[in-house]
This record gives sequence, structure tokens and C-alpha cells, in this order.
Amino acid sequence: MSTVDGTRIAEIVSKHESSLLTDWLKLQLAGGYTKYDEKELRDRSRQFLSSFRKAAQSGEVDNIDGSDWGEVRDMLGELSRTRARQGSSPSETATFVLSLKQPIFNQLRDEYRDDADGLGRQTWLVTVLLDKLGLYTTELHQKAREEIISRQQQEMLELSTPVVALWDGILALPLIGTLDSARTQVVMESLLERIVETSASIAIIDITGVPTVDTLVAQHLLKTVAAARLMGTDCIISGIRPQIAQTIVHLGVELGQVITKATLADAFRIALQKSNLTVCKVTAGA
Amino acid sequence: MERIPILKIGDHLLVSIQVDMHDRLALALQDDLTERIVKHHARGVLIDISALELVDSFIGRMLGNIAAMSRVLDAQTVVVGMRPAVAITLVELGISLPGVKTALNVEKGIELLRGAIQTQKPGDGSHQQL
Repeated sequence: MSTVDGTRIAEIVSKHESSLLTDWLKLQLAGGYTKYDEKELRDRSRQFLSSFRKAAQSGEVDNIDGSDWGEVRDMLGELSRTRARQGSSPSETATFVLSLKQPIFNQLRDEYRDDADGLGRQTWLVTVLLDKLGLYTTELHQKAREEIISRQQQEMLELSTPVVALWDGILALPLIGTLDSARTQVVMESLLERIVETSASIAIIDITGVPTVDTLVAQHLLKTVAAARLMGTDCIISGIRPQIAQTIVHLGVELGQVITKATLADAFRIALQKSNLTVCKVTAGA
Repeated sequence: MERIPILKIGDHLLVSIQVDMHDRLALALQDDLTERIVKHHARGVLIDISALELVDSFIGRMLGNIAAMSRVLDAQTVVVGMRPAVAITLVELGISLPGVKTALNVEKGIELLRGAIQTQKPGDGSHQQL
């Protein structure tokens, strides 16, 4: 039965394609989605209608996972991804599909003017079909969003772990943000790699930008220090704020023999001293 | 059976591990090294592991043991040239080799040994004069 009904939908869509398109576009634009280019919207809508018609012609309106709906699914996927990137909300994206209901219902009403039973059945079919497509769009939108988030996380991870050479053989690692195990791994790897590259003998880990130091963060820091030491590089931890010093003691964290300094400047002074270097003021007229 | 060569450079012994360490090789190295330290009256031991790509807990512990044994025989041990991946593995295994000195390369290791032995000398100066 659904086969017959599906073909009927396709028939109606193909018969009234242009007027459906006009009504639909009007609805979409009235919905306040002016941030999309009207021409682009028109192209997309036309494209969607034609692939929708083709898919409906095949008859399977109760199964949008079928191969007949592949083209429609691809189109919606593309749309969801583009809109997610443009920052649309999921409901805005789903409205693209759902707003097609009203124009189709209007056409159905005209077609089935004398057949209440047929009208009811067709309306229900179209509703279910468009709801499914709408939900599919939302799902894809969500997925695209998640992809964006995970990519940004990755980017942040890479951005936030620079290793800077302060002097010959002295590296600084300014840490910004919370340290979790994934980040510690990245921090450790990039520090150790730079140590090999520059053959630095002293590394300063500056934790001014780390908001809190709990036992876990401290453990991560100590791991990094231990790994650097195994490679023959001494580490100095600097940028310990008064608040953090208190927390460290309250938590009973043992920093062992690691040298700790309040500021990066202090740490740098120690590093110079250890490398037998000195900074002196140039006296005028000398 | 293959053995890891131990080279004598002045007061120091240089052990360069160029092959994959397996357990028997490690044990043989322990034997050889302790014997050579005694024979040559070595004051320092350099273990170059820059070619070592894989470590397990056994090899990690062995490095610690060798250092401890050398210390008992009055020789300083410096492990040099550890790769980043190896360092991370050892730390993750919980082996941070607390008593072992480390350096980036052989050159720095020798420097470190010289420094360490020199600072030690005044302490046991009377010992030297005897």
C-alpha cells in the first residue's frame, strides 16, 4: 500500500514542483533565516525537492535508510555540515526540512478535496517521512558539531604547549590551562623532543597559567620532571602562586628534590647560575 | 655469546649499548662491568643508551642495579643519551632511577664525571695521600 502512496506523493510533488518551491522558500525566508543567501537557498531547495521526488517515486517512503534515499541523505548531510560550520542551531537546520510540510499539505488538501480518508492517510505519510528526514538532519548536525569540537580540542592541545628557548641550553615551557593526562603526554613529548634538538641542560616549567594544582596535576608535573631528568636535563618549576603553594602543602604533595621558584625570572637566574653564566649591567663610559 | 663491549678511557669505563637489550645480555653486562671496574680501578662509568629504543621494567631496574653496584665499588655511573620515548616509558613504569646521574650525550657525561670526581677528591684527600 505504501508503494502506491509513495508514488502519489512523488506525483504531487512533480506536478506542483515550482509552486511548492515558491511557497517553501517564502516560508523559509519568513522564518527569519536571512543569514543565508537567498539564491543559495533557492538552489538547495530546488535540488532537495527534485531528489526528494525521485526518491519518493521509488515508493519506499517508510524507509529513509534505503538506497533510494541515498541522494537525499547525502544532500541533507552536506547541508547539516555547512550549517553547523556557519553556527546554526540544530532546530534552524531541521526547519529546512520541516518547513516543507505546510506547502505539501496545502497541495494535498487541493488534491484530496473530496476524499477525507485519502487526505488523512497522505498527510500522515508525509508527516512521518518529513519528521524522519528532519531528525536525520538534526542528528547529522549534532555529529558535525562534535567533529568541530574535537578538532578544536586537538588544536588547543597543540597550541597550548610551546617550548621556548631562553638561552643556549636553557628551555622554558610556559604551561597555560589545566593539566590532564592527555595534555601532560603532549607536553612531555614536546619538551623531551626539544631537549634532544637543542641539547638543553636546563628546562624551566612555568605554571603561572595553571589555575589549580591538585595531586593529579602535581603527579603529572613530577612525571615530566622525572622524564627530563632521565635524559640528563634538570628541571626548575616556576610561577608558583601563593595560593598554589598553600594548596600543595595542604594536599601533602611531595615535590621531592625539584627546584621550585616563585617567578620565571628567579628560575632563569638560577638556570644562568647553573650554566656558569652571568648577566651584568654595562657601566656608562666604561 | 654476544657481549656488550666495555671501553676504558682513562679513569672511566664507557659502555655503549648498540643492540637490543635482552635479559641475558643485561645480566652478562652486570658481571662484566663489575669485574672491569675492579680490574681497572675505574672511578666513573658511562652507559650510552642512545641506540636503545625499547626498554622494559627489567632493563630499567638493571640500569639502576648497575649504578648501585658501581657506587659500592666507588665508581660514579652516568647514563647518557636516553631517548624521549624511553624516558617516558621508564617514568610510566614508575622507574625514575633516583640514584643515577644522567646526561644528554657522552661529552656532557664525561664532563659531569670529571666534575663529580673532582669535588669528591678533597673529601678523601687523606685517602689519596696514603
